[in-house]
Amino acid sequence: MDAETVEKLEKIYQRYLASEGNCISVLQDIQAEFGYLPRETVRWFSKRSGIPESRFFGIATFYTQFHLKPRGKNIITACCGTVCHVKGGHRVIARIHDELKLKEGQETTRDKLFTLEKVNCIGACSIAPVVVINKKVGGMMTPGKIARELKQYRGKDSE
Amino acid sequence: MSKEITVNVCLGTGGIAGGGIEVLSGFRRELENNGLNGEVGKRCEATQVGCRGFCARDVLVDITVDGETSTYQYIKPEMVPRLVEEHIIGGTPVTKWLVQDDYAQFHDRQKKIVLADCGKIDPEQIQAYFEVGGYASLTKTLAMESADVIQLVKESGLRGRGGAGFSTGMKWELCAANRENPKYIICNADEGDPGAFMDRSVIEGNPHSVIEGMCIGAYAIGSQNGYVYIRAEYPLAVERLQKALEQAREHGYLGENICDSGFDFDIKIKLGAGAFVCGEETALIASIEGERGMPRAKPPYPANKGLWGKPTIINNVETWANLPPILKNGAQWYASIGSEKSKGTKVFALTGKIRNTGLIEVPMGIKLRDIIFDIGGGIEGGRLLKAVQTGGPSGGCIPQAHIDMKVDYDNLLEIGSMMGSGGMVVLDETDCMVNISKFFLEFTQSESCGKCVPCRIGTKRMLEILTRITEGKGRKGDIELLIDLGNDVKETSLCGLGMSAPNPVLSTIRYFRHEYEAHINHKHCPAKVCKKLLTFFIREDLCTGCGACAKACPTGAAAGKKKKPHRIDTSACVQCGSCYDVCKFKAVLKE
Repeated sequence: MDAETVEKLEKIYQRYLASEGNCISVLQDIQAEFGYLPRETVRWFSKRSGIPESRFFGIATFYTQFHLKPRGKNIITACCGTVCHVKGGHRVIARIHDELKLKEGQETTRDKLFTLEKVNCIGACSIAPVVVINKKVGGMMTPGKIARELKQYRGKDSE
Repeated sequence: MSKEITVNVCLGTGGIAGGGIEVLSGFRRELENNGLNGEVGKRCEATQVGCRGFCARDVLVDITVDGETSTYQYIKPEMVPRLVEEHIIGGTPVTKWLVQDDYAQFHDRQKKIVLADCGKIDPEQIQAYFEVGGYASLTKTLAMESADVIQLVKESGLRGRGGAGFSTGMKWELCAANRENPKYIICNADEGDPGAFMDRSVIEGNPHSVIEGMCIGAYAIGSQNGYVYIRAEYPLAVERLQKALEQAREHGYLGENICDSGFDFDIKIKLGAGAFVCGEETALIASIEGERGMPRAKPPYPANKGLWGKPTIINNVETWANLPPILKNGAQWYASIGSEKSKGTKVFALTGKIRNTGLIEVPMGIKLRDIIFDIGGGIEGGRLLKAVQTGGPSGGCIPQAHIDMKVDYDNLLEIGSMMGSGGMVVLDETDCMVNISKFFLEFTQSESCGKCVPCRIGTKRMLEILTRITEGKGRKGDIELLIDLGNDVKETSLCGLGMSAPNPVLSTIRYFRHEYEAHINHKHCPAKVCKKLLTFFIREDLCTGCGACAKACPTGAAAGKKKKPHRIDTSACVQCGSCYDVCKFKAVLKE
């Protein structure tokens, strides 16, 4: 690990000591800094704090908020709530998979342009099915509509 | 303070998704630039309000001129100039954009206590909350003895709105009787049930009512520290709550020596990290402590041993928001609303295949029929009602035959469902009940924390059985096996998640056993949903040969010559349904 990374981690560690923080807040801080949880940073933190690695990874794998792999530039959050399901959300998600050429279980595209995440329910059931792209909520989604939206994001990035 | 002309734009999550921010800024810009060189603008105020409930009609806009309010629906940014020109400056409402009769119908049968000010006041201004009598209940509470506050809440009959329906006053009494200190107050805003958005809307629409409720509770049990555990998936609610907390502190309703009463109390926000099980109170506590959110056995209940092992009261957002009105109007008033054992009102998120989707608040004991047909306006597209799903993944389905039941905690339990936090998803004849129960079980199975065996392995096995049924591989005896397994999981699981996870399966078997039998015995899905049981084909007389299906087909099963009727080769078809979705001529059929 380079000196810069260590410096960043040391800052997080000092903050953890000062605020009597807990494992979740430490992981949240690391993720805010690096965009995900690089294995070696957690390892470093574990040595520094004396808290076993397993405890950090136990928490990191428990909550959906934490990511152990780098994520794409654009985050697509597809709602998988009940209403989205009965209104055809699964067809929208299947189309996203097709458009981005994602394999089963794969979340991030190879060019790191998109990450597809599924969320239990974002509570915007009145406008189901819902897909959020980079925090912008899109309601009443259809397979065709999402395909057009994705093209726009592709267009922006190739410019 | 208030101007002669006010414009209220709904900026709940629904409103924002519909372009509400652009509509509001459009109004502000128009009023500033136009209107007799801004003269009208000076008499005018355009503000944001929280969720109006009728999200299906967003963006909703209220324009009040000289005390006369007109409500507009489906407003888009480009419609703003005409509204300003004709209504605000000209004084004549634009009739064709006004809400129709069904808007009044949507509201007629409702009784709003928790949502009374949601959608009327600006949620980001404490001043707006003051104008509707905000924080008066807290001042009143601080002049009372804490034991009297608890007594009053007990007498009101308020039961926890998080789902289980335990008496709020009794819970407080237990906690207050505990001598240990410090004590904690927690607001559970980890609204994880898919299909529920009551808590989100209350916090987005009137965050101060929740804060005031928590202050009342803290005073009653003698707590100085409060937490709101809220989902990170609700960024707007978090932001508004944050603002509200700061404003409450500035005005002395939080912090030290609140309103010169000598009572100290403050609230911190804890963001949920995304785990459904954290809605369970002991798991939620573990999560606040920074650990894996795994539940533990009860008792001891959190009221005796909760956060950091200290006495803790956890109530749901809606429960807290009920308290200011109860303190203001008294226990008798509240107890006079609702049914015999369930008092007051309940907020439901009415969604699914229904015409008027949105957030509603109804008195306990209202007939399900009134909710679906009067408030909801009936089923979308004139189809037939099949069932109403309540309580999300912990609840069950109420079949059409029970449409006249009265909705309250006990009746719902009796029928095999539960109140849950208040999601109400309407299903019509095109929904397959086996598929729905599989959907919920997929959810609970993946959200099971894995601590106890019945939930971890039981839900997994149940899901396997359901999956094979929907794929046409169901066996004789599968239904009985599901019932057996389901009852075992219910009886032996550690926490509420496992204890209620089999409910969607058991209740659909109870009322829709014939659908399960059709899947198993005849390999047939009556609602035509389970793809593996369907055959897709093309009606040649309707097919124009446009080739859309062939283009969409991933396996080349759908093919044909240009401008000639296409065909689907069933041996190559993977039942993905793409051809069905893209056909504009309804020539693709499924059977």
